[in-house]
Amino acid sequence: MANIKVNGKEYNVDATPDTPLLWVLRENVGLTGTKFGCGGAFCGACTIHMDGEAVRSCVTPLSRAIGKTIVTIEGVEDDIAKKVQQAWIEEDVPQCGYCQSGQIMAATVLLRENPNPSDDDINLGMSGNICRCGTYDRIRKAIHKASKM
Amino acid sequence: MKEIKKGFQSKSVKLIMVLLCFSFVVAIASPIINTEPVYQNIPAKMPEKAIIVQKALTAEEQREQESKDAFLKAYKVFMHPRCMNCHPKGDVPLQGDDSHAHLQNVVRGKDGKGMYAMKCKNCHQDANLDAPETPPGNPHWQMPPADKPMVFQGKTPRELALHFKDNKFTGFKDLNDMIKHVDEESLVLSGFAPPPGVSKIPMSHKEFVDAVKEWIAKGAAVPDK
Repeated sequence: MANIKVNGKEYNVDATPDTPLLWVLRENVGLTGTKFGCGGAFCGACTIHMDGEAVRSCVTPLSRAIGKTIVTIEGVEDDIAKKVQQAWIEEDVPQCGYCQSGQIMAATVLLRENPNPSDDDINLGMSGNICRCGTYDRIRKAIHKASKM
Repeated sequence: MKEIKKGFQSKSVKLIMVLLCFSFVVAIASPIINTEPVYQNIPAKMPEKAIIVQKALTAEEQREQESKDAFLKAYKVFMHPRCMNCHPKGDVPLQGDDSHAHLQNVVRGKDGKGMYAMKCKNCHQDANLDAPETPPGNPHWQMPPADKPMVFQGKTPRELALHFKDNKFTGFKDLNDMIKHVDEESLVLSGFAPPPGVSKIPMSHKEFVDAVKEWIAKGAAVPDK
Protein backbone atom coordinates (compact mmCIF):
# COMPACT_ATOMS: atom_id res chain seq x y z
CA MET A 1 0.00 0.00 0.00
CA ALA A 2 1.19 3.53 -0.67
CA ASN A 3 -0.11 7.05 -0.14
CA ILE A 4 0.06 9.44 -3.04
CA LYS A 5 -1.35 12.92 -3.61
CA VAL A 6 -3.05 13.40 -6.97
CA ASN A 7 -4.78 16.58 -8.09
CA GLY A 8 -4.89 17.82 -4.50
CA LYS A 9 -6.41 14.65 -3.03
CA GLU A 10 -4.75 11.87 -1.02
CA TYR A 11 -5.11 8.29 -2.25
CA ASN A 12 -4.11 5.07 -0.55
CA VAL A 13 -3.34 2.65 -3.36
CA ASP A 14 -2.75 -1.07 -3.29
CA ALA A 15 0.15 -1.51 -5.70
CA THR A 16 3.79 -2.60 -5.52
CA PRO A 17 6.46 0.12 -5.39
CA ASP A 18 7.70 -0.72 -8.90
CA THR A 19 4.25 -0.41 -10.52
CA PRO A 20 4.41 2.31 -13.20
CA LEU A 21 2.59 5.38 -12.01
CA LEU A 22 0.54 5.40 -15.22
CA TRP A 23 -1.28 2.21 -14.18
CA VAL A 24 -1.74 3.37 -10.62
CA LEU A 25 -3.41 6.54 -11.90
CA ARG A 26 -5.61 4.75 -14.44
CA GLU A 27 -6.53 1.59 -12.55
CA ASN A 28 -6.17 2.34 -8.85
CA VAL A 29 -7.14 6.01 -8.78
CA GLY A 30 -9.50 5.83 -11.78
CA LEU A 31 -8.11 8.81 -13.69
CA THR A 32 -8.00 7.66 -17.31
CA GLY A 33 -7.13 10.94 -18.98
CA THR A 34 -3.45 9.98 -18.99
CA LYS A 35 -2.81 7.56 -21.85
CA PHE A 36 -0.58 4.58 -22.55
CA GLY A 37 1.28 5.00 -25.86
CA CYS A 38 4.55 3.09 -25.79
CA GLY A 39 5.53 2.05 -22.26
CA GLY A 40 9.11 3.19 -22.87
CA ALA A 41 9.08 7.00 -22.50
CA PHE A 42 9.29 7.50 -26.25
CA CYS A 43 5.91 9.08 -27.13
CA GLY A 44 4.87 11.40 -24.28
CA ALA A 45 1.20 10.35 -24.16
CA CYS A 46 1.62 9.49 -20.47
CA THR A 47 2.98 12.89 -19.43
CA ILE A 48 1.86 14.12 -16.01
CA HIS A 49 3.25 16.75 -13.65
CA MET A 50 5.30 15.65 -10.65
CA ASP A 51 6.30 18.61 -8.50
CA GLY A 52 5.76 20.76 -11.58
CA GLU A 53 7.91 18.72 -13.99
CA ALA A 54 6.57 16.91 -17.07
CA VAL A 55 7.33 13.35 -16.01
CA ARG A 56 6.56 10.27 -18.11
CA SER A 57 4.35 8.14 -15.94
CA CYS A 58 4.76 4.94 -17.96
CA VAL A 59 8.34 4.53 -16.68
CA THR A 60 7.99 6.28 -13.32
CA PRO A 61 7.63 3.78 -10.49
CA LEU A 62 5.00 4.37 -7.81
CA SER A 63 7.81 4.62 -5.23
CA ARG A 64 9.05 7.81 -6.82
CA ALA A 65 5.62 9.45 -6.54
CA ILE A 66 5.36 9.08 -2.77
CA GLY A 67 5.54 12.46 -1.07
CA LYS A 68 5.32 14.31 -4.39
CA THR A 69 2.59 16.51 -5.84
CA ILE A 70 1.06 14.72 -8.81
CA VAL A 71 -1.16 16.56 -11.29
CA THR A 72 -2.87 14.85 -14.23
CA ILE A 73 -4.75 16.28 -17.22
CA GLU A 74 -7.92 16.12 -15.17
CA GLY A 75 -6.52 18.41 -12.50
CA VAL A 76 -4.16 20.83 -14.27
CA GLU A 77 -5.87 24.17 -13.70
CA ASP A 78 -3.33 26.97 -13.09
CA ASP A 79 -3.62 30.13 -15.22
CA ILE A 80 -1.18 28.94 -17.81
CA ALA A 81 -2.88 25.56 -18.16
CA LYS A 82 -6.24 27.28 -18.65
CA LYS A 83 -4.79 29.47 -21.40
CA VAL A 84 -3.31 26.42 -23.09
CA GLN A 85 -6.62 24.59 -22.97
CA GLN A 86 -8.48 27.62 -24.29
CA ALA A 87 -6.00 28.02 -27.12
CA TRP A 88 -6.35 24.32 -27.90
CA ILE A 89 -10.11 24.78 -28.25
CA GLU A 90 -9.85 27.94 -30.35
CA GLU A 91 -7.33 26.38 -32.73
CA ASP A 92 -9.29 23.11 -32.85
CA VAL A 93 -6.06 21.25 -32.24
CA PRO A 94 -7.05 17.59 -31.61
CA GLN A 95 -7.85 15.09 -34.31
CA CYS A 96 -8.19 11.72 -32.64
CA GLY A 97 -7.20 13.27 -29.34
CA TYR A 98 -5.18 10.37 -27.94
CA CYS A 99 -1.90 12.23 -27.54
CA GLN A 100 -3.43 15.54 -26.51
CA SER A 101 -3.33 15.04 -22.74
CA GLY A 102 0.42 14.66 -22.95
CA GLN A 103 0.71 17.54 -25.41
CA ILE A 104 -1.17 19.90 -23.09
CA MET A 105 0.87 18.84 -20.05
CA ALA A 106 4.13 19.41 -21.96
CA ALA A 107 2.97 22.74 -23.41
CA THR A 108 1.99 23.97 -19.96
CA VAL A 109 5.49 23.32 -18.60
CA LEU A 110 7.00 25.03 -21.66
CA LEU A 111 4.97 28.19 -21.14
CA ARG A 112 5.62 28.24 -17.41
CA GLU A 113 9.36 28.27 -18.07
CA ASN A 114 9.29 30.33 -21.26
CA PRO A 115 6.25 32.63 -21.45
CA ASN A 116 7.04 33.72 -25.00
CA PRO A 117 8.67 30.78 -26.79
CA SER A 118 10.05 30.95 -30.29
CA ASP A 119 9.46 28.18 -32.80
CA ASP A 120 12.85 26.73 -31.84
CA ASP A 121 11.84 26.77 -28.17
CA ILE A 122 8.60 24.99 -29.07
CA ASN A 123 10.64 22.41 -30.99
CA LEU A 124 12.83 21.84 -27.95
CA GLY A 125 9.92 21.61 -25.55
CA MET A 126 7.46 19.63 -27.61
CA SER A 127 9.49 17.26 -29.80
CA GLY A 128 9.13 14.53 -27.22
CA ASN A 129 5.35 14.40 -27.69
CA ILE A 130 4.40 12.45 -30.79
CA CYS A 131 1.14 12.95 -32.69
CA ARG A 132 0.30 10.23 -35.20
CA CYS A 133 -2.43 12.44 -36.67
CA GLY A 134 0.06 15.19 -37.39
CA THR A 135 -1.54 18.08 -35.51
CA TYR A 136 1.86 19.69 -34.98
CA ASP A 137 1.06 22.88 -36.87
CA ARG A 138 -2.07 23.49 -34.82
CA ILE A 139 -0.19 22.68 -31.61
CA ARG A 140 2.42 25.27 -32.53
CA LYS A 141 -0.23 27.88 -33.34
CA ALA A 142 -2.06 27.15 -30.09
CA ILE A 143 1.10 27.56 -28.03
CA HIS A 144 1.83 30.91 -29.66
CA LYS A 145 -1.78 31.94 -29.06
CA ALA A 146 -1.65 30.89 -25.40
CA SER A 147 1.57 32.83 -24.91
CA LYS A 148 -0.23 36.00 -26.04
CA MET A 149 -3.34 35.52 -23.89
CA MET B 1 89.03 -46.06 -99.71
CA LYS B 2 92.17 -47.36 -98.04
CA GLU B 3 93.57 -43.90 -98.24
CA ILE B 4 90.48 -42.46 -96.52
CA LYS B 5 90.78 -45.12 -93.79
CA LYS B 6 94.41 -44.22 -93.39
CA GLY B 7 93.38 -40.57 -93.08
CA PHE B 8 91.03 -41.25 -90.10
CA GLN B 9 93.56 -43.31 -88.34
CA SER B 10 96.27 -40.67 -88.45
CA LYS B 11 97.31 -39.09 -85.11
CA SER B 12 96.28 -35.57 -85.99
CA VAL B 13 92.82 -36.67 -86.97
CA LYS B 14 92.45 -38.60 -83.72
CA LEU B 15 93.47 -35.53 -81.79
CA ILE B 16 90.95 -33.40 -83.59
CA MET B 17 88.20 -35.97 -82.88
CA VAL B 18 89.08 -35.99 -79.17
CA LEU B 19 88.93 -32.23 -79.00
CA LEU B 20 85.59 -32.16 -80.75
CA CYS B 21 84.12 -34.69 -78.32
CA PHE B 22 85.45 -32.78 -75.34
CA SER B 23 83.94 -29.56 -76.63
CA PHE B 24 80.61 -31.28 -77.10
CA VAL B 25 80.66 -32.60 -73.56
CA VAL B 26 81.55 -29.20 -72.15
CA ALA B 27 78.76 -27.56 -74.14
CA ILE B 28 76.23 -29.99 -72.76
CA ALA B 29 77.45 -29.89 -69.16
CA SER B 30 78.20 -26.20 -68.62
CA PRO B 31 74.64 -25.10 -67.72
CA ILE B 32 74.56 -27.81 -65.10
CA ILE B 33 77.91 -27.11 -63.54
CA ASN B 34 77.65 -23.63 -62.18
CA THR B 35 80.95 -22.62 -60.75
CA GLU B 36 80.15 -18.94 -60.51
CA PRO B 37 78.04 -17.61 -57.62
CA VAL B 38 74.75 -15.86 -58.59
CA TYR B 39 74.15 -12.51 -56.96
CA GLN B 40 70.50 -11.47 -57.14
CA ASN B 41 68.58 -8.68 -55.47
CA ILE B 42 71.40 -7.73 -53.16
CA PRO B 43 71.24 -4.00 -52.62
CA ALA B 44 74.29 -1.98 -53.26
CA LYS B 45 74.04 -0.65 -49.68
CA MET B 46 72.73 -2.50 -46.61
CA PRO B 47 69.54 -0.80 -45.18
CA GLU B 48 70.17 1.25 -42.07
CA LYS B 49 67.42 -0.42 -40.06
CA ALA B 50 68.49 -3.92 -40.80
CA ILE B 51 69.36 -4.35 -37.12
CA ILE B 52 67.32 -2.65 -34.39
CA VAL B 53 68.79 -2.42 -30.98
CA GLN B 54 66.34 -1.52 -28.17
CA LYS B 55 67.74 1.44 -26.36
CA ALA B 56 67.54 0.94 -22.64
CA LEU B 57 65.21 3.46 -20.92
CA THR B 58 66.27 5.39 -17.92
CA ALA B 59 64.19 4.99 -14.79
CA GLU B 60 62.52 8.32 -15.47
CA GLU B 61 61.68 7.40 -19.06
CA GLN B 62 60.32 4.07 -17.93
CA ARG B 63 58.06 5.78 -15.39
CA GLU B 64 56.85 8.20 -18.03
CA GLN B 65 56.08 5.38 -20.45
CA GLU B 66 54.14 3.50 -17.80
CA SER B 67 52.16 6.63 -17.07
CA LYS B 68 51.28 7.02 -20.75
CA ASP B 69 50.33 3.35 -21.00
CA ALA B 70 48.05 3.68 -17.99
CA PHE B 71 46.28 6.64 -19.58
CA LEU B 72 45.86 4.75 -22.85
CA LYS B 73 44.19 1.98 -20.87
CA ALA B 74 41.82 4.42 -19.15
CA TYR B 75 41.18 6.14 -22.50
CA LYS B 76 39.27 3.06 -23.66
CA VAL B 77 36.76 3.75 -20.88
CA PHE B 78 36.51 7.49 -21.51
CA MET B 79 35.72 6.85 -25.18
CA HIS B 80 33.31 3.98 -24.58
CA PRO B 81 29.67 4.89 -25.34
CA ARG B 82 28.68 4.38 -21.69
CA CYS B 83 30.86 7.40 -20.86
CA MET B 84 31.27 9.33 -24.08
CA ASN B 85 27.53 9.50 -24.81
CA CYS B 86 27.15 12.13 -22.10
CA HIS B 87 30.35 13.91 -23.12
CA PRO B 88 29.51 14.75 -26.75
CA LYS B 89 30.90 17.48 -29.00
CA GLY B 90 27.69 19.50 -29.10
CA ASP B 91 24.74 20.00 -26.79
CA VAL B 92 22.83 16.89 -27.81
CA PRO B 93 23.55 13.81 -25.69
CA LEU B 94 24.19 10.55 -27.52
CA GLN B 95 22.44 7.20 -27.23
CA GLY B 96 23.21 3.59 -27.84
CA ASP B 97 26.34 1.73 -28.82
CA ASP B 98 26.39 3.60 -32.14
CA SER B 99 26.30 6.93 -30.25
CA HIS B 100 23.50 8.40 -32.35
CA ALA B 101 21.93 11.72 -31.36
CA HIS B 102 19.41 11.37 -28.52
CA LEU B 103 15.84 11.02 -29.74
CA GLN B 104 13.13 13.57 -29.02
CA ASN B 105 15.36 16.58 -29.69
CA VAL B 106 16.81 16.40 -26.18
CA VAL B 107 19.47 19.05 -25.48
CA ARG B 108 21.85 19.76 -22.62
CA GLY B 109 20.32 22.95 -21.26
CA LYS B 110 22.23 25.47 -19.20
CA ASP B 111 22.66 23.23 -16.18
CA GLY B 112 23.11 19.98 -18.09
CA LYS B 113 19.70 18.69 -16.94
CA GLY B 114 17.70 19.21 -20.13
CA MET B 115 15.00 21.74 -20.95
CA TYR B 116 11.25 22.22 -20.53
CA ALA B 117 9.31 18.96 -20.80
CA MET B 118 12.49 17.15 -21.92
CA LYS B 119 14.53 17.32 -18.75
CA CYS B 120 16.70 14.28 -18.10
CA LYS B 121 14.90 13.18 -14.94
CA ASN B 122 11.51 13.32 -16.63
CA CYS B 123 12.34 10.00 -18.26
CA HIS B 124 15.51 8.70 -16.58
CA GLN B 125 14.50 7.31 -13.21
CA ASP B 126 16.66 6.78 -10.11
CA ALA B 127 17.70 3.30 -11.22
CA ASN B 128 17.65 1.07 -14.30
CA LEU B 129 14.18 -0.28 -15.03
CA ASP B 130 13.31 -3.93 -15.24
CA ALA B 131 12.00 -3.66 -18.80
CA PRO B 132 13.74 -3.76 -22.17
CA GLU B 133 14.53 -0.54 -24.08
CA THR B 134 13.66 1.79 -21.22
CA PRO B 135 15.89 4.68 -20.17
CA PRO B 136 18.85 3.82 -17.94
CA GLY B 137 18.62 5.30 -14.47
CA ASN B 138 20.59 7.21 -11.87
CA PRO B 139 19.43 9.66 -9.16
CA HIS B 140 21.60 12.39 -10.74
CA TRP B 141 21.15 11.65 -14.44
CA GLN B 142 22.45 14.66 -16.36
CA MET B 143 25.20 15.92 -18.65
CA PRO B 144 28.00 18.31 -17.66
CA PRO B 145 26.70 21.90 -17.54
CA ALA B 146 26.95 24.18 -20.58
CA ASP B 147 29.76 26.28 -19.10
CA LYS B 148 31.93 23.18 -18.54
CA PRO B 149 30.85 20.65 -21.18
CA MET B 150 33.88 18.31 -20.72
CA VAL B 151 33.82 17.06 -24.30
CA PHE B 152 35.36 13.61 -24.85
CA GLN B 153 33.98 12.87 -28.32
CA GLY B 154 36.60 13.15 -31.05
CA LYS B 155 39.53 13.73 -28.69
CA THR B 156 42.79 11.86 -29.18
CA PRO B 157 44.49 10.41 -26.10
CA ARG B 158 46.93 13.31 -26.11
CA GLU B 159 44.16 15.91 -26.35
CA LEU B 160 42.11 14.30 -23.61
CA ALA B 161 45.06 13.97 -21.25
CA LEU B 162 45.91 17.63 -21.76
CA HIS B 163 42.30 18.56 -21.04
CA PHE B 164 42.21 16.54 -17.86
CA LYS B 165 45.25 18.41 -16.65
CA ASP B 166 43.47 21.71 -17.26
CA ASN B 167 41.35 22.63 -14.26
CA LYS B 168 39.26 24.95 -16.40
CA PHE B 169 38.19 21.94 -18.46
CA THR B 170 37.39 19.69 -15.54
CA GLY B 171 36.36 22.06 -12.80
CA PHE B 172 38.57 20.05 -10.45
CA LYS B 173 40.95 21.75 -8.07
CA ASP B 174 43.65 19.23 -8.94
CA LEU B 175 44.12 15.74 -10.27
CA ASN B 176 43.31 14.21 -6.90
CA ASP B 177 39.77 15.46 -7.42
CA MET B 178 39.76 13.47 -10.63
CA ILE B 179 40.58 10.29 -8.74
CA LYS B 180 37.73 10.99 -6.35
CA HIS B 181 35.41 11.64 -9.30
CA VAL B 182 36.15 8.42 -11.17
CA ASP B 183 36.15 6.43 -7.94
CA GLU B 184 32.99 7.73 -6.28
CA GLU B 185 30.77 9.69 -8.69
CA SER B 186 27.51 7.79 -9.04
CA LEU B 187 27.14 8.57 -12.75
CA VAL B 188 30.58 7.04 -13.38
CA LEU B 189 29.58 3.95 -11.41
CA SER B 190 26.34 3.76 -13.41
CA GLY B 191 28.38 3.49 -16.58
CA PHE B 192 29.76 0.20 -15.32
CA ALA B 193 26.28 -1.18 -14.60
CA PRO B 194 24.29 -0.53 -17.77
CA PRO B 195 20.81 -1.94 -18.42
CA PRO B 196 20.44 -5.03 -20.61
CA GLY B 197 20.76 -4.47 -24.35
CA VAL B 198 23.79 -2.16 -24.43
CA SER B 199 27.46 -3.02 -24.32
CA LYS B 200 29.47 -3.04 -21.11
CA ILE B 201 32.71 -1.18 -20.57
CA PRO B 202 35.52 -3.68 -21.29
CA MET B 203 37.08 -3.57 -17.84
CA SER B 204 35.96 -3.40 -14.24
CA HIS B 205 35.50 -0.13 -12.41
CA LYS B 206 38.44 -1.04 -10.15
CA GLU B 207 40.74 -1.60 -13.12
CA PHE B 208 39.70 1.74 -14.54
CA VAL B 209 40.29 3.61 -11.29
CA ASP B 210 43.65 1.87 -10.86
CA ALA B 211 44.66 2.96 -14.37
CA VAL B 212 43.75 6.58 -13.61
CA LYS B 213 45.61 6.44 -10.30
CA GLU B 214 48.68 4.99 -11.99
CA TRP B 215 48.58 7.66 -14.69
CA ILE B 216 48.55 10.41 -12.10
CA ALA B 217 50.97 8.78 -9.64
CA LYS B 218 53.61 8.33 -12.35
CA GLY B 219 53.51 11.92 -13.42
CA ALA B 220 50.31 12.27 -15.51
CA ALA B 221 52.38 11.94 -18.67
CA VAL B 222 50.70 13.04 -21.87
CA PRO B 223 50.60 10.41 -24.65
CA ASP B 224 52.48 11.27 -27.82
CA LYS B 225 49.38 11.20 -30.05
